[in-house]
Amino acid sequence: MNKIISSIAICLLFITILSSCQQDKKLPFYGERHAETVKDANGAEKIDTIYQTIPNWSFLNQDSVVTTNKATDGKVYIADFFFTSCTTICPTMHRNLITVYNEFKTNPNVMFVSHTIDFKYDRPYVLKKYAQKLGVDGPKWQFLYGSKDSVYTLAEKNYLVAVGEDSTAKDGYIHQGYLVLIDKDRRIRGAYDGTKEDQVEQLKKDIPVLLAEYKK
Amino acid sequence: MRKYIINSIFLCSIVAIIVSCQNQETIDLQNYMSNGKDIYIAKCQNCHGLNGEGLGQLAPPLTDSVFLKANKNRLACIIKNGANESLIIHGKEYKEKMPAFPELTDIDVAQVMVYATNSFGNNQGFVPYKKVSLQLQNCK
Ligand code: HEC
Repeated sequence: MNKIISSIAICLLFITILSSCQQDKKLPFYGERHAETVKDANGAEKIDTIYQTIPNWSFLNQDSVVTTNKATDGKVYIADFFFTSCTTICPTMHRNLITVYNEFKTNPNVMFVSHTIDFKYDRPYVLKKYAQKLGVDGPKWQFLYGSKDSVYTLAEKNYLVAVGEDSTAKDGYIHQGYLVLIDKDRRIRGAYDGTKEDQVEQLKKDIPVLLAEYKK
Repeated sequence: MRKYIINSIFLCSIVAIIVSCQNQETIDLQNYMSNGKDIYIAKCQNCHGLNGEGLGQLAPPLTDSVFLKANKNRLACIIKNGANESLIIHGKEYKEKMPAFPELTDIDVAQVMVYATNSFGNNQGFVPYKKVSLQLQNCK
């Protein structure tokens, strides 16, 4: 009897180790998914899982240049939502995000996209000044300005980050401090709390894992 | 002989009072430092950093002991009411806005001020809460 139990235990242990190995190589997919029947190259039908993707977007960047999703083509990128006059979580988020930026500064396959949720005040020139003072001015990190509707919809529906106006909040807005990792096919592959150092460290480890998926 | 004993008891008690006063001040300092650190982590660290290093040109470091000394009488007011002027810290100009912290009581302000001015390489020593209270009544 004991033998059976211990062999089951060993078997279970094996399975967990094996499956955790597999998870190590691939990041999860976030958001909605559905099955779709697709035809492969030989015309044979098969069922495929389709994951939620980031739709097309177009905003003004910190240089007042129209910038679209094309800027991120062929790259993995990290998106977040903030505003320049935020005195609570944003300084911490961007303090942590700079360390990620510095680590991948020379990697052309990685980009950063920060959307302001303060459509009243954060015009492109305000974003420009902010970026310069943060010390990260350049095309690798885009600071984007857009209408309330377009940015808030993108945040909540597509990046799954809660944002909103709130007159009772200290700075007039509330939002979550997630850093969202997007792959080259515009799917969500990770969400890390930008105010927590350990989660930001995990993001630094996950970016190379995601890039490696595309090397095969 | 009797006079001698009385005198020495008198002297001893004066010494004891001084010693215990000093102890009270070190105890207060320790209290302020530990409470001040908690307040700092909750309210200030996001902008001024774990080691008081600041954040780019957005928030100045708290490591400029010369600035902190020269402005020691208005630090409490800056902490409570925020600031929005041009400040030269370590020779660099900073002029972003620091928010006010109306929720901090006088004792909170005293504790976080004592913490900041005795950490990050600063060593300004203890400031009692009564003195900070007075400074806060006279903010411009
Ligand atoms: C939202 C960011 C932010 C937060 C939070 C913040 N500060 Fe500041 N702090 C600033 C900025 C910006 C300045 C410069 C203000 C100016 O130029 O008028 C400043 C200036 C100061 C100064 C004087 C200049 C220096 O560097 O010595 C002190 C002291 C200070 N802050 C302490 C604190 C303390 C204590 C707290 C927490 C209770 C705090 N700050 C919270 C942004 C912040």
